[in-house]
Amino acid sequence: MRSVRTIIAAILLIATASPLPASEIPQGERRSGFSFMTPETRAMQEDDTSNPGMLWVLDGETLWKSKAGAAGKACADCHDDARASMKGVAARYPAFDKALGRPVNLEQRINLCRTTHQHATPLAYESGELLALTAFVAEQSRGVAIETGSDPQLKPFIDKGRELFMLRQGQLNLACANCHDDNWDKRLAGSAITQGHPTGYPIYRLEWQTLGSLQRRLRGCIAGIRAEAYDYGAPELVELELYLMSRAKGMPMEAPAVRP
Amino acid sequence: MASALINVPATAKRGDIIEIKTLMSHIMETGYRRTATGEVVPRDIITSFSCRYNGVEVFRADLFPAIAANPFITFFTVATESGKFEFEWIGDKGFSETASASITVE
Repeated sequence: MRSVRTIIAAILLIATASPLPASEIPQGERRSGFSFMTPETRAMQEDDTSNPGMLWVLDGETLWKSKAGAAGKACADCHDDARASMKGVAARYPAFDKALGRPVNLEQRINLCRTTHQHATPLAYESGELLALTAFVAEQSRGVAIETGSDPQLKPFIDKGRELFMLRQGQLNLACANCHDDNWDKRLAGSAITQGHPTGYPIYRLEWQTLGSLQRRLRGCIAGIRAEAYDYGAPELVELELYLMSRAKGMPMEAPAVRP
Repeated sequence: MASALINVPATAKRGDIIEIKTLMSHIMETGYRRTATGEVVPRDIITSFSCRYNGVEVFRADLFPAIAANPFITFFTVATESGKFEFEWIGDKGFSETASASITVE
């Protein structure tokens, strides 16, 4: 059925000479990485007492209430109960930051809050504390439909992210799209390729044996195609995150997810 | 940043076989890895886990370097009486953590 649709889509594209590649995944065929996993790994994610990501969520809850920086304020002093104030927030990140004039991801937003409101030092990318706070905030959006990219100001940045997604690079000369749009129903060295919808970040990745951010995952993928990875927090990575999240618009959040 | 997640049924019927699940936060550094400069990263693992049910040991496990980070240990026991499960993890570098959970047996 899918191949028939692809052929029809291809014919239509040739007929209309659209610049869009034939390979972009139709809305109805989008699948979370969850659906590619074994029943054992799914069970691990679904039970909060076996999902190791919940360890970071617990730590994040403690950090949320603890005072930090020269201002002596905790996250909770401004945002109160995260269950109410943070619900749905992670589902619309990366979001446009007016002061910076560009999109920022959830980790950057937490660090901006730390520097401007708490007068504290920003937390290092992939540090236990930043992952814990991100996981705690993201967990409040569980089940909420992703709505990243609704803000019209983000349009040029989504386009840049999409360009990067389609760009062949590295010694293997591969674009993200070559695997995650064109071959997501196949396997690479025994592992499912998946469609690359970032529905559950930060994720507990069994291969990492720890929690990690979407940028860590992207850097891993970029190293895999033997290209030079962008630094953590680089605008290119944020734009790619933004494109991926807007591509997953409408899909439910499942953070902290478990992935193989 | 050590914390545990424990799953013990809150209530059970006398004689029921119940499943107990525990997850402990730990890096489980094997002692076989080296840094970029070639020095061995010292071993740092949990070496022993035990569970006592109202003071009586019902489960014990020894852990080794091949066990993944954040060990998830699950086992079964028979619900005999209301009371408390006490869990203990002991490891390298003086690691020692405890947790407990209560059960009501009808």
